[in-house]
Amino acid sequence: MSGDHNEDLPRHTADWPVGEPVGTDGGHPERHPVEHRAGRRAADAETAVAQPAGIDEQALAEQGIDLDVAEIVAPEREIGVKIGDSLVQVQNLTVKFGGLMALDNVSFDIKRGEILGLIGPNGAGKTTCFNAMTGVYKPSSGKVLLEGQSIGGQKQHKITRMGLARTFQNIRLFGEMTALENVVVGLDARHKTSVGRALLRLPTHVREEKSAIERGMALLDFVGIAEHAHFLSRHLPYGHQRRLEIARALATDPKVLCLDEPAAGFNPAEKEELMTLIRTIRNDGYTVLLIEHDMKLVMGVTDRIVVLEFGKKIADGRPREIREDPLVISAYLGEPEDDVA
Amino acid sequence: MLTSLLTSMPMDNDWISFDVASLGENFWSATFDGLTFGSIYALVALGYTLVYGVLNLINFAHSEVFIMGCYAVFFTLNGLGFGPNVPHLSLASIVLNLVLALVIAMIASALTAFLVERVAYKPLRKRNAPRLVFLITAIGVSFTIQYTIYAIRGPSPEAAVTMFKPTPIFDVFGTIIDSQQLVIVIAAVIMMVLTERFISKSRTGRGIRAVAQDPDTATLMGVNKERIIIITFVIGGILAGAAALFYVMKIPSGVQYNGGFVLGIKAFAAAVLGGIGNVRGALLGGLLLGLIGNYGQILLGNSQWTDVVAFMVLVLVLLVRPEGILGTSLGRSKA
Amino acid sequence: MSMTDGPTPLPSAKAAQSADDREALTTAPGASIAGRKGKKPGSLGQRWNALSRQQQWAFLLIVVVLAYLLPVINPPILTTEPGNNFGLACFNMARFALIAIGLNVVIGYAGLLDLGYVAFFAVGAYVSAMLTSPDSAFLKIPYLWTIPVAMAVTMFFGVLLGIPTLRLRGDYLAIVTLGFGEIVRILATIIPAMKGQVGFQSVGHPPGTAADGTPIFTNSNGIPWYWLILTIIIIVLLLVGNLERSRVGRAWVAIREDEDAAEIMGVPTFKYKVWAFAIGASVGGLSGALAAGQVGFISNQRFDVYTSILFVAAVVLGGAGNKVGAIVGGALVSYIPDRFTAIAEYKYLIFGIALVLIMIFRSQGLFPARQRLLSYGRDAYKWAVKKDDGGASAKRTAGTAQEKGAQA
Repeated sequence: MSGDHNEDLPRHTADWPVGEPVGTDGGHPERHPVEHRAGRRAADAETAVAQPAGIDEQALAEQGIDLDVAEIVAPEREIGVKIGDSLVQVQNLTVKFGGLMALDNVSFDIKRGEILGLIGPNGAGKTTCFNAMTGVYKPSSGKVLLEGQSIGGQKQHKITRMGLARTFQNIRLFGEMTALENVVVGLDARHKTSVGRALLRLPTHVREEKSAIERGMALLDFVGIAEHAHFLSRHLPYGHQRRLEIARALATDPKVLCLDEPAAGFNPAEKEELMTLIRTIRNDGYTVLLIEHDMKLVMGVTDRIVVLEFGKKIADGRPREIREDPLVISAYLGEPEDDVA
Repeated sequence: MLTSLLTSMPMDNDWISFDVASLGENFWSATFDGLTFGSIYALVALGYTLVYGVLNLINFAHSEVFIMGCYAVFFTLNGLGFGPNVPHLSLASIVLNLVLALVIAMIASALTAFLVERVAYKPLRKRNAPRLVFLITAIGVSFTIQYTIYAIRGPSPEAAVTMFKPTPIFDVFGTIIDSQQLVIVIAAVIMMVLTERFISKSRTGRGIRAVAQDPDTATLMGVNKERIIIITFVIGGILAGAAALFYVMKIPSGVQYNGGFVLGIKAFAAAVLGGIGNVRGALLGGLLLGLIGNYGQILLGNSQWTDVVAFMVLVLVLLVRPEGILGTSLGRSKA
Repeated sequence: MSMTDGPTPLPSAKAAQSADDREALTTAPGASIAGRKGKKPGSLGQRWNALSRQQQWAFLLIVVVLAYLLPVINPPILTTEPGNNFGLACFNMARFALIAIGLNVVIGYAGLLDLGYVAFFAVGAYVSAMLTSPDSAFLKIPYLWTIPVAMAVTMFFGVLLGIPTLRLRGDYLAIVTLGFGEIVRILATIIPAMKGQVGFQSVGHPPGTAADGTPIFTNSNGIPWYWLILTIIIIVLLLVGNLERSRVGRAWVAIREDEDAAEIMGVPTFKYKVWAFAIGASVGGLSGALAAGQVGFISNQRFDVYTSILFVAAVVLGGAGNKVGAIVGGALVSYIPDRFTAIAEYKYLIFGIALVLIMIFRSQGLFPARQRLLSYGRDAYKWAVKKDDGGASAKRTAGTAQEKGAQA
């Protein structure tokens, strides 16, 4: 139940300190996100797309995030790709639980190189949508295409290998493994060592093991926790666990990285760091799907937002448009103060 | 099955043969006997199913909950003067004695179940132990109880206690249904119907279903989870106590330290067959398994095949329809 | 720890394990954590880690040599004589240790509860007996060849049993394996070719004669058999260690820790579970074949399900997931009844109680140690430790406070 507590945090600090890069206009974003959002964040996000290399380099440096490292992590990636064609297509996705319609005919695309936010009031079907996309639930109808290939009916580990990686809302690291080992499990998704080769330590195994250490450490460095590589993941501080989850997901070399409420339980400063990290990830050429109920974070970091309510899509557009969308406003204003997303 | 284990082995070469003629000949007697055994399996299966529903745990110690009931029956009846021979008592006094034995067996089994829960499982739940730890503890408890009995009573079965002489009641298709079969099946079905009604109608039953469905939400809604868990174990114990009486009735010399073991596996198989966590499933699964085992035994010509057939059924069900015939309905959707 | 005070019953085993741990433990990931959790410093593992590489190797060498010499030295307090021949007792300890290593792959690494391990042991023993004993109608092959055959056959059975059950949650595996353990015994009784209680006499043994022309491997002398099985243990440990520090070991531990998360991180969980089960089974078959050779006689009487639970106790006692623990646990389970014959009759009761107590009070076993899952992680860890120690203590205290919230 600690989640409840953590989720409360942003509420108690609704007024962000002036001078913080996010939410400089103050106000009560939870209540009136739309009215109080100045255009600045959205503008930032858009410029970021236009000039990816120019974003917050100073902030990056302050947090020890190094673009050089990023290149080691994913050498074959094109850094700072432009938003392009549709990478993921969600087509008429419907999920029913018994008689309950959890997701009703939802369609949207995720374009290559963008950060797409998936938001909605509590119980709107965000997580259901997410789970249906990543193969945890079987959709009742509709399908999800990744680069034109349907992921329906695939085993989950195959979906991961097709290029869809995710983190978990309630952290699910392998507690008895070190941070580095956790990341290497992710890297293993791309490894070819068989039981026989590992048994006899054949060259494939040796090569992969060696490169795994290098890449694993680079990924940990990328998310800023390399010096904790030797800790059991369950002994890491909470914020580091969240970062480790992102590193582990990145290790599977995904085309789309799905983040399920990555900022849950974070304080404003940590959220800010996380936003920087997410942008860096995108600038490294990953496409990001972000589920989040903290409007500030979503508005600040995403390129485009899909809004769900009662299992239906009610809006889809740039943050600025979403902020002014009457349907979205009524959906959020109509929502009682609530703590679980 | 204990008697079956003691029978000498066939050493002929056709170890597996399908004696269809024999099955045809003995079909109805095999059916009635299978239903009798099936009722016993079903009663024990209910204990597995209820605990599995609520805790999502195979309570391996449930076979020992059952065997403690058997010992209670044995000691009670032995104390009342029952022995290997058919007792010369009036019907009323036999019934009275049996009811007494039944009550004591139920108490003994329920008490065992209660203690197992408190001593072994509760500390684990408190510290939120992994499932593997629960399972190992469960098997450890089962093992410990068995060998405590072994240390006290030794390896050989207890002397037989015969309760009454089965008398023919009906004649169906040329086969006699005797009083023993009738008593067991009817009593078992009555108990199961009562259990079913209790779970579906009573307030406590609702609590059990709520906990089975979603323990956290149930707790939030004011259900006392710990109390529900104890009640579930106790109900399972009571039913196992009843099963113990019928088991001793059917196999008078079956009381032995490891007597619950194979029966436990079969009862669990029955629970899975019907749909684990499902009360009606336990009944259906138990009866079916009793029938299948008996047919298989006659078809294959050796009583030991009963166990093998039961096991095959379990594996087959898991392979084809792991949720069982009726599905898992006490609450849990597949986690 | 009280059980290991004084000389360890099977030091060799431990040595072999450590020898296998080529990856040096100087930067043990657990070390700093153990400190944080306020555990007493200077535990065995930490003291071990403090040694230099050369010291570790020297120590291991001594332990391995001592292990080989154990039955020859026959140390006075440790010895199981006069009650039981010490050579045979050593063989049985090593046999249990080998079984525990195999079962540890299934239970300790992959977190699957196999309660019918004796069945695989039995299958291995029967394969070996039926291919060498004059009582069998099968073709005969030299004893040593039966060992790989036994492993292959048991592996096959492992896969056969694993496929229907491993798709499901762990509980089903437990009950199905429990049933399987019993079924194998019943089948050995029913199937005439397996000769029930009569069993098979004069199971083969490895070739070789002493100077006076008598065979080296006999039923009454446990020492050559002990040396054979000890050598096999060392080989198996090396191989299992290789698996542990590879993609395979990581997949197993990931499955144990969180199966769904593992699957979502791209681990083909079903495949690796079947592998764990099959590898465990084949080691069980291997030890069965060795036991059949040493005893020279096999019948259905030797394989009851209770022995399976004893095997589980061996793994859990030492500490599931930990090779040293498994070996010590296995050796203890065999050694205690042999050494203290007065309580031998109650061994099942004793280990049953031990099982429950360990689970309730110390579920990590007597020798908690985590597995090392990277072949070349040493330098990286070393770097991290160095970096982390540089003024990270303040950060760490801050982290611990948050961690509490995260874990609640």
